[in-house]
Amino acid sequence: MAQTFPRSANQISKVSLILALAGAGAAGALLFLVDRSPLHTKQGTFVNQEVPFSHDHHTAGLGIDCRYCHTAVEESSSAGIPPTATCMNCHKIIWANTEMLQPVRDSWATGQPLRWNRVNDLPDYVYFNHSVHVSKGIGCESCHGPVNEMPLVYQAHSLQMRWCLECHRAPEKFVRPREEVFNFDWKPSDVGMSQKELGAQLVEEYEIASLDQCSVCHR
Amino acid sequence: MSLLEVDVKNRANLGKPDFIAQDETPESVTESISGVIYGKTYLWWIVGLAVGSSLLGIGGIGLFWLLAKGTGVWGLNMPVAWGFAIINFVWWIGIGHAGTLISAILLLLNQQWRTSINRFAEAMTLFAVACAGLFPIFHTGRPWLAYWMLPYPNTMRVWPQFRSPLIWDVFAVSTYATISLVFWYVGLVPDLATMRDKAKNMVVKRIYGLGALGWRGAADHWHNYEKAYLLLAGLSTPLVLSVHSVVSFDFAVAQLPGWHATIFPPYFVAGAIYAGFAMVLTLMIPLRALFNLHAYITERHLENMGKVMLTTGLIVSYGYFTEIFMAWYSGNTFERFMMYNRMFGPYLYGYWALILCNVLVPQLMWFKRFRTSAFWLFFVSQFVNVGMWLERYVIVAMTLTRDFLVGSWGTYHGTIWDWAVYLGTIGLFLSLVFVFVRLLPALSMTELKMISPEGKSAGGHH
Repeated sequence: MAQTFPRSANQISKVSLILALAGAGAAGALLFLVDRSPLHTKQGTFVNQEVPFSHDHHTAGLGIDCRYCHTAVEESSSAGIPPTATCMNCHKIIWANTEMLQPVRDSWATGQPLRWNRVNDLPDYVYFNHSVHVSKGIGCESCHGPVNEMPLVYQAHSLQMRWCLECHRAPEKFVRPREEVFNFDWKPSDVGMSQKELGAQLVEEYEIASLDQCSVCHR
Repeated sequence: MSLLEVDVKNRANLGKPDFIAQDETPESVTESISGVIYGKTYLWWIVGLAVGSSLLGIGGIGLFWLLAKGTGVWGLNMPVAWGFAIINFVWWIGIGHAGTLISAILLLLNQQWRTSINRFAEAMTLFAVACAGLFPIFHTGRPWLAYWMLPYPNTMRVWPQFRSPLIWDVFAVSTYATISLVFWYVGLVPDLATMRDKAKNMVVKRIYGLGALGWRGAADHWHNYEKAYLLLAGLSTPLVLSVHSVVSFDFAVAQLPGWHATIFPPYFVAGAIYAGFAMVLTLMIPLRALFNLHAYITERHLENMGKVMLTTGLIVSYGYFTEIFMAWYSGNTFERFMMYNRMFGPYLYGYWALILCNVLVPQLMWFKRFRTSAFWLFFVSQFVNVGMWLERYVIVAMTLTRDFLVGSWGTYHGTIWDWAVYLGTIGLFLSLVFVFVRLLPALSMTELKMISPEGKSAGGHH
């Protein structure tokens, strides 16, 4: 009677064991990396908008403060997206006829708000409040990155929970004086201190409490 | 004495006449056990599988509705956030324990009567653990995120709560499932080789051959096999005690009256073995009759299982008594009220039915006449199966519905969807058992040959 398996089965069985282990390891490593990569987090990806609004031009170039448009950031959970009227304060007069701003004028004429595509989108099960971060001395830049250098805005960080906890577990590494929250060029050396010294002092001064309880963000 | 020496001694001592019919030879063992698989398909097998898979289908519908609507369809709400899910989980996990006890502890204790029933009981363990695992996974409400219970390098930078007994459960049960699977499979290897050699069809031959891992029955194969088997038995042994102890911590670590008790771990372990043997008997007695395996599963096996049930049943009864005693002796109002509530509260039927099933009916096992009768053993096993389910129902529902504050009291009843999923796991269990007995040797041919008179006289060692 013929053999059940050919002689090569010996080698195949050993190789397949190794391949199965290596394959499982590789699959795990791949998941680990993809989970953290911009493929999954969308970090660093420019988001197209109906009107190609440049934060770089308006803030760094023209010197407009964040709060001119994001008016609610100091009092509300949401920073606020400006109404078309805010754009028209200037654009009634300058660049009043450019092709690029046609959607803005349409919106102004019809009363239909502009549709901005969201860039930093947290999951719905996360409670996030802008005002408390601003009033406790977390700079815009700490989360939003160098918006003053972004022609189109992209998501500067992964927005994964481990990233939130980097600061929530050690706020002293990121906190800055309240009056410098909107300053994108601020460095701790501006006040002649290291972040370590300044951070410890500000955490005390602003009474920044323990922030890593589940219910702080998941209410 | 080394483990190997224990084993050699073990094998040499095998073969008391009662554990196998005296006219059995190694050839006749192979013929009758592999004949179950290569023989014809019986009508009762098709009917049995049909019943099992129909129940499984009901479970599928139940799970579909659960996923569509959320865990609210399970009749869970404050104050009872754990209902059938934990009751059924503990029930199934407990049932699995007989397999581990039989395969590991009885092997190390040199109990030859395990030989005919270990394969089957180990398979039952695996299937019971599979059923048990479904409940906590679906109770999370988002079973596709159940892997969050594992400590893997995640992007949330949080670990599972290692101080929670629920996480201990994850480790206890997954260890248990893994070791049981490996143990069962290692034991199967020589039998798979026999199945390979008996196969007429080349495809069947190759499938069994793959499972047999190139087993040729060489002396070094046997040497490694015996060592591996004994080591795995050693690894499994603590699990018999640890798994259900950890499960009992789900309750005992909480500070609720009726749960926060030091008696829980031993009382749960005894209950698990009790339930496990009842389930082995429930399945073994009909299969023995249907496949005509009386030569291998003799009256003495049945009687021994009856004795184990009696012993563990008495330990469990002692647990019930201790609960009553401690409720009184603690002098604690809430403990006393809990016990009063169990006995005379709105769920009193559950408690007294439990006492009937788990304490009173199994006393029949004191009498040899009942212990050696397949019918009566089956009869008592059914009471124990129900009683062990009621025990968990009593513990979960009665404590949670009426705790410290009268204002937070409530009621709890399983809904039709609870029952659907419960029946579904019974269907899963039955389907797996029926598929198993048709595809794999349900009794260990290897070990039966060793205790057959001829196998023994040939040196007692293969």
